[in-house]
Amino acid sequence: MSENKPRVLIVEDESDIRRFVRMALESEGYEAYEADTLKRGLIEAGTRRPELVMLDLGLPDGDGVDFIRELRAWTGIPVIVLSARGAESDKIGALDAGADDYLVKPFGAGELLARVRAQFRRHAYADSGESLVSFGDVRIDLARRLVERNGQPLHLTPIEYRLLTFLVAQPDRVITHRQLLTKVWGPSHLEDLHYVRVHMANLRKKIERDPSMPKHVLTESGIGYRFVL
Amino acid sequence: MDSERPDPDKLLSQVQADEAKARRGKLKIFFGASAGVGKTYAMLGDARQQLLQGTDVVIGVVETHGRMETEVMADGMERLPLRDVPYRHRILKEFDIDGALARKPATILMDELAHSNVAGSRHPKRWQDVQELLDAGIDVYSTINVQHLESLNDIVSGITGIRVWETVPDRLFDEADEVVVVDFPPDELIERLRQGKVYLPEQAKLASKNFFRKGNLLALRELSLRRAANRVDDEMQAYRKRSSTAPVWPTRESLLACVEGGKGGGERGEKIVRSCARLAAQFDVPWHAVHVETRNYADEQQHQEMLRVLKLAQDLGATTATLSAPAIAPALVRYAREHNLSRLVMGRSHRRWRWPWQQTIGEAIEGEAGDLDILRVALPRKTRGGNEGGGKSRRGAAPVHWKGYAAAIAICGATTLAATPLLGRIELTNIVMLFLLAIVGVALAFGRGPAVLAAFVGVGLFDFFFVPPRFSFAVSDIQYLITFAVMLVVALVVGQLTAGLRVQVAAVTERERRISGLYEMSRELSATLLPEQVAEIGIRFLATEFGFKSVLLFADDEDKLQIMPGATTDVDMGVASWAFERGVAAGRGTDTLPASKCLVLPLKATMRLRGVLAVEPGGSGLLDPELRRVLDTCASLLAISVERIHYIDIAQKTTVQMESERLRNSLLSAISHDLRTPLASLVGLADTLQMTRPVPTGQQLEVIQSMRNSATRMNTLVGNLLDMARLESGAVQLNRQWQPLEEVIGTALGACASLLNGRPIRTDLAADLPLLHFDAVLIERVLVNVLENASKYTPAGTPIEIRAHAETDDVVLRIDDHGPGLPRGREEAIFEKFERGRRESATPGVGLGLTICRAIMQAHGGTIRGETRKEGGASFVVTLPRGKPPADDGGEELPDTQS
Repeated sequence: MSENKPRVLIVEDESDIRRFVRMALESEGYEAYEADTLKRGLIEAGTRRPELVMLDLGLPDGDGVDFIRELRAWTGIPVIVLSARGAESDKIGALDAGADDYLVKPFGAGELLARVRAQFRRHAYADSGESLVSFGDVRIDLARRLVERNGQPLHLTPIEYRLLTFLVAQPDRVITHRQLLTKVWGPSHLEDLHYVRVHMANLRKKIERDPSMPKHVLTESGIGYRFVL
Repeated sequence: MDSERPDPDKLLSQVQADEAKARRGKLKIFFGASAGVGKTYAMLGDARQQLLQGTDVVIGVVETHGRMETEVMADGMERLPLRDVPYRHRILKEFDIDGALARKPATILMDELAHSNVAGSRHPKRWQDVQELLDAGIDVYSTINVQHLESLNDIVSGITGIRVWETVPDRLFDEADEVVVVDFPPDELIERLRQGKVYLPEQAKLASKNFFRKGNLLALRELSLRRAANRVDDEMQAYRKRSSTAPVWPTRESLLACVEGGKGGGERGEKIVRSCARLAAQFDVPWHAVHVETRNYADEQQHQEMLRVLKLAQDLGATTATLSAPAIAPALVRYAREHNLSRLVMGRSHRRWRWPWQQTIGEAIEGEAGDLDILRVALPRKTRGGNEGGGKSRRGAAPVHWKGYAAAIAICGATTLAATPLLGRIELTNIVMLFLLAIVGVALAFGRGPAVLAAFVGVGLFDFFFVPPRFSFAVSDIQYLITFAVMLVVALVVGQLTAGLRVQVAAVTERERRISGLYEMSRELSATLLPEQVAEIGIRFLATEFGFKSVLLFADDEDKLQIMPGATTDVDMGVASWAFERGVAAGRGTDTLPASKCLVLPLKATMRLRGVLAVEPGGSGLLDPELRRVLDTCASLLAISVERIHYIDIAQKTTVQMESERLRNSLLSAISHDLRTPLASLVGLADTLQMTRPVPTGQQLEVIQSMRNSATRMNTLVGNLLDMARLESGAVQLNRQWQPLEEVIGTALGACASLLNGRPIRTDLAADLPLLHFDAVLIERVLVNVLENASKYTPAGTPIEIRAHAETDDVVLRIDDHGPGLPRGREEAIFEKFERGRRESATPGVGLGLTICRAIMQAHGGTIRGETRKEGGASFVVTLPRGKPPADDGGEELPDTQS
């Protein structure tokens, strides 16, 4: 029984929060391992081989971003970062280093479990290699480079198409402005953050029913975007 | 080929000069040989034409002298009102320079360039007013007669026998942009004079018969035409240099005017200086004027004369200096070598009689340096000027002199008395030695004159009392005549040398004292930490070194002059601010407001002016240029010190600010962490409690839920308080980026989704909204706070409308609800800290939300205000400045591959 349980590693120095996260995960059928320092966390990650890591950015013995870099050296398992409100630059740093999502303290058990489920789902989905994607009233044929909305062909500029396919390939993952810029415009435009915003706004107008209350391309204020199927 | 190419440095300086000229106003001078040739008429005629072409021409001053034809020309042109100046129980009308600067016409007419203003005006001369007008970029038309040109002044007076005291420096004439020669044949002028068409000032009427002789008029006409031709020649030269049609190499041969002192030195010096100025102008070379001081001025009058001559030289464009040296010739040669001056201009010596071994200065220079050219200028024989003024001051200086002479006689007498008992015991030759000793003593103590007297008295006494036959001037042995002669010569020479040495020592000591004083001051200044200390040290230095009263004014942060404590005099603020605004010296001894009792020096430091130093030298004479140089040095030392203190202050403030900011930030984040972590655990643990088995009962669930809600509310509260603290302390760094408003509205609505649960939200954003420059997280907070308020204070299910449109400078965002509206009269109060719309309300909150909103909007340079709409419901209006969004949106980066 215990062999099939998905394993989650919690790296967090506050024992109360650790306990609550563990209880929440276990109630959902995950197997949770705990680590209270960065060093301990890396050892646990190496020995327990978890399928997901919950990482607090404010650890006493080091920077969470370093943890992510070391982890990413050998594995691509999802990482969810736990951080305080107002620490946007820390979050961006962690996401750019390879974290997949973040949770702002305080968070409820429901929110936590939803994010964890989404990460596991994403991993399963990314492996499927499907060339047809659909969400809302939009259908994308990746093989033929065609986008339809309500059965009608949708004209996207090359940039919008690139943005869309890049987002669609990684649902439920927070993508920073910087990652989008590098992917779509290339590394020489890292200062032109407004490029992303302008084209994303245009893209939204084409694929969202109400662009001011988007359902699929969500904005993460000050950080980037998250695509939700 | 190469020599044809203009020197790039030259061209650059030409371009810079042209630029400076373009900013300055243009000066047009109407130039005539004498009064009555019609300069004013010609000027008015030109002005009328300008007026017809639409130029803004006004009359500053025009003296029509009641001439009809001129009066008619001036008719209908705008005249600036004249200023009433009280002068000796009369009210005089004078030109109002401040009025003219305020009116700022394109062109202004200023008749009679050489006019002297009433004492107490800003500038003593009208040409100085004109310069200020030119500096302000106003074009000026003016008139001048040839006799008013400084360098020609003495020639004209030589021709006509009438000396005019109102003069204008030649450089003004030479630098004028245009000179119009108004020429009028002498015969017709005499005819006009006969008809009474020429105005003459009262004092000149007597002399007019002499002045307006045909010979004079012809000479003046020639002089003026020649002077104008010279100017044209200069222009031609300048043009040739610029266009380099043929290279004209500037000679590096500059002139040195040697101004001699002595009785009547003033008049002689003036002649030398004027001649040298004319020569320098003709050769187009720079020139210097130097006076060598070989002794202290016993006579203050002569000293003042020298200063006046040097001032004249300065006005004529010379670099001036006073040298202190034992002998004139070596000092002049050294100065000439140091400044690369190859020609010396000096007065022709006309001493009728001199000792064969005595050299004139010229001969001495020839001996010293044969390679220097010496130009001799004929000097007036009678030293009228020197004698005229001399009498009065000699009386003033007399007691000192007589004391010296009396002492010389007394000392010789005492020597005689002391030597009498020795007669017979020692040789007569040794008694001679005693007398020589006495003479050296007199020379040391009282200077040259008493030493000479002592020499003669000593010889006389020696002869009378000691040489046989005693008590008679008769001499028995002819040999004694040699003794007398040698004694006299030795006494005179030793006396002269000693006296000269004494003067030198005094001068050197004085200079050394000043320098060590300055040194001492700079040492003290380097240790100061407060501007007040700088002021105190400066004032003390001036008091102890010169006995001058002074006051320091430093500029504060708003560039206003503040009087520093410790002032020993007071200064007219008008003079002080004039000097400060323009960065040039003003007041006593300068061209600006010379009637002021203080000399005001600007404190020029590296970065900017730091204030002014006002010195009250006492007395009434001119200031020694040497002294002025020391004062200038003193002023720059003070300025540098003030600047240094200013920057120390800034550096300290910055360090303290950085330190306190760092402390505050780390404190805030520590508090934030420590307060939030338990709350986060509480929320999470409450959630986990819900999941425990057995499943909690309904009542237990309720308790758990309110536990969780309380913890969440507490968290919001802590968040608000911390945010407020951050915003208030200025510790918030805006992470501003160009982004569409739409995006942040979307995130705000998403964040409030559960609160707004089920309300219809209408958004209406204009299609042409530009990108705005803001911090998305903070603006989202503003919107969330406003939306939360709307959800708290309006009945469930009522709609909320969000609208945005662009205006010229801002984008305006309105959030309207359909609740009860804002409490009347408290639309502003709700933005205050800890203020709530309804005090007794059961709605949770501490009243920080809107305060935070306002702080965030202010940090963005935007606004937020609340109002109740006429049709009911509250409306919050947020504005953000549009700024200049980046034009490029990155859309052209990729070719369109999809069709």
